[in-house]
Amino acid sequence: MRGGRAAGVRLAGGEEIKARVVVSNLDVRRTFLETVAPKHLPPEFLAQVRRFKIRGSSGKLNIALDGLPHFPAIPHGSPCTRGDMHVTDTIDMLERAYDDWKEGRWSRAPYIDMLIPSQIDPTMAPNGKHYMSVFVQYCPYKLADGEWTPQKRQAFGDTVIDTIARHSPDFKDLILHAEIRTPHEIEAEVGLTEGNIFQGELTFDQLLFNRPIPGYAQYRAPVRGMYMCGASTHPGGGVMGAPGANAASAILRDLRLAQST
Amino acid sequence: MTAAGTPRYDCIVVGGGHNGLVCAAYLARGGRSVLVLEAAGQVGGAAVTREFAPGFQVSACAHLLHLMPGALMRELGLSAQGLKLAAQHLPTTALSGDGAHLSLAPAGLAQRLPADAVAYGEWQALGQRLAAALHPVLTDAPPRLGTGSWRARASLLRLGWRIRRLGRCDMRELLRIGGMNVQDLLDERFESPLLKGALAVDAVLGTNLGPRSPGTVLTLLYRMAAAGGAEALAQPAGGLGALSTALAGAATAAGAQIRTQAPVARILVSADRASGVVLASGEEIAADVVVSSADPKTTFLGLLGSEHLDAGFTRRVAQLRTGGLAAKLHLALERLPQFPDLDRQALRGRLLIAPSPQYIERAFNHAKYGEFSAAPMLEITVPTLADPTLAPPGKHVLSAIVQYAPYSLRSGWQAQRQSFTDLAIDTIGAFAPDLRDCLHSAQLLTPPDIEREFRIAGGHWHHAELALDQFFLVRPVPGAAQYQGPVAGLYLCGAGCHPGGGVMGVAGRNAARQVLREAA
Repeated sequence: MRGGRAAGVRLAGGEEIKARVVVSNLDVRRTFLETVAPKHLPPEFLAQVRRFKIRGSSGKLNIALDGLPHFPAIPHGSPCTRGDMHVTDTIDMLERAYDDWKEGRWSRAPYIDMLIPSQIDPTMAPNGKHYMSVFVQYCPYKLADGEWTPQKRQAFGDTVIDTIARHSPDFKDLILHAEIRTPHEIEAEVGLTEGNIFQGELTFDQLLFNRPIPGYAQYRAPVRGMYMCGASTHPGGGVMGAPGANAASAILRDLRLAQST
Repeated sequence: MTAAGTPRYDCIVVGGGHNGLVCAAYLARGGRSVLVLEAAGQVGGAAVTREFAPGFQVSACAHLLHLMPGALMRELGLSAQGLKLAAQHLPTTALSGDGAHLSLAPAGLAQRLPADAVAYGEWQALGQRLAAALHPVLTDAPPRLGTGSWRARASLLRLGWRIRRLGRCDMRELLRIGGMNVQDLLDERFESPLLKGALAVDAVLGTNLGPRSPGTVLTLLYRMAAAGGAEALAQPAGGLGALSTALAGAATAAGAQIRTQAPVARILVSADRASGVVLASGEEIAADVVVSSADPKTTFLGLLGSEHLDAGFTRRVAQLRTGGLAAKLHLALERLPQFPDLDRQALRGRLLIAPSPQYIERAFNHAKYGEFSAAPMLEITVPTLADPTLAPPGKHVLSAIVQYAPYSLRSGWQAQRQSFTDLAIDTIGAFAPDLRDCLHSAQLLTPPDIEREFRIAGGHWHHAELALDQFFLVRPVPGAAQYQGPVAGLYLCGAGCHPGGGVMGVAGRNAARQVLREAA
């Protein structure tokens, strides 16, 4: 900060890099609670940043397989296994899975969205072996019965694996390694707060003109020269790129205006 | 064809519930000849006082008066018609399992929860500002979109202007919280689970929603907006039936005629417009306009018949979510049970058993799967404290709304009635240990009972769920939100219309104004 506007960044290593414009791709809470001193921000704005909701709700399993698992419900040779496979038996099952999240525990019968991308791209696994990507809901960041432990993480993973095995009898025998990612690992490894894949919940109070903060939905921070371009901003997360493109337009417009004056 | 000599009316109002009576009174005051046809032996619909045990009377469905606008009550001269309030400004108390009950009165809060008391004051102030901006929305027909009518445009502009005039802060806050769930809102503002539970009750009472359901801030704001135009929480002397008697008096004084035990079997249509009704007895009565206070499904699919409607409209009506979730429990008591940690003043008011939003959410979880709540949420009153005439001398009545009790109970109400009654009594008994000893008898009205006894399809006290897709511009269904359906001369005036149920009467008044404006 210099003269009331953003002037660059300091890396964790101490190195300072100057810039006319700083654009944060971090979520709104990390951006304003961790990289900018509170004295530079309006207190009402900070209060709204603190209550921005980024609750973790999903987990991920990355599974190395010794071969392609067999799904009796899918005919041999069907292209179905090459696409997205869901375990979503009924609406009630999804609702009950959510009930578990509300009570601070992972879903006992989780909703699963899985892919075996090595069928299409064999470079992702050694010859003849496969990689399976498993997205799981719901998995809370905070558990009602205390902190996450390696044992609980394993139990969560086992719940998911057992669920898939119900649909694929040989699945368990093929598992070479399973990497189990709760919201904690996702947060620690990727930098997504609470492991929330959208950098903030996509509820009405955090959508459109409310995203991320009412009155600050135009990518401009309350600090001159500072912008936001992450999934915390409109139109939100998913591998979409739209927040980045929209932010770039806003920045270019401001820079042109500054040049013409 | 009308039998010779039978009088012809300008307007027939089907159903003598409070909205039907309000509508009839305003139509009659507007100079129309009006006939109200009520199926039951007494007027009032779900706002009636009934004897449920020998000598014990109770407000059979709705049990408190807190939404009806003071202006409406004055315009109709209800006090001149004999309406008296046995109690006003009733306090609300949130019951706590540890006996540390919480009064929602400002003094009680400030003493117990200083931080929450400040937050509550701020929320009340904000709520009142928002309610004042939104209340006019309730008191007029919703605009109809896509018609290009100047009325609709002006109405939308007025709404936009009122919201803009709230100022930047309040406007942004309204647009932020309007679509939230009430649990998130309460978690932002308050600490005490007991206080949050009590506030969440107002958002979900009478709905098929839990505190985490989307749209529950909307239902809370709706209730605040409605209550904002009304006198404070009150109990009419003689129960809610006395209100209906006064409304009937107002309608009659204005020239309307009322017939009870006159169930309507069909709405007649000739030359593509409503032309009168046929009673169950076969008697035909002709009218230029038929206004139905019955719920939309009963009106369109039952009384009118889908042969007069297009398939799309019929499907929308058939798909309305109308399953009720609230049961009513009435206890006849030989003496007043002892609530050890509750003073007499609190006991006269509204008692809530909803110790936290989580408690309500868990209660709601069961309803999602067609079960009744294992630990239900209750709103309790003991009306005999303010109005001893409701019971024999020295005896008492307890009236409670119990949620959740889904209309379509998977195991069937026949088999489960007694166990749910016992569960509700024991839930109250946890706060009044001698309740069972005082008990003379109990009556439970489940949503199917309410459907049968009060002729409301689904037994839902709002006639149709209060959710965003059945709200305001699209209530009850798109194409009928201006109190008129697709058949000319047929209007709706019940709780299924904007702005919904609760003993408010605004739907009836709005509908009457619409009829007077359109059917000149």
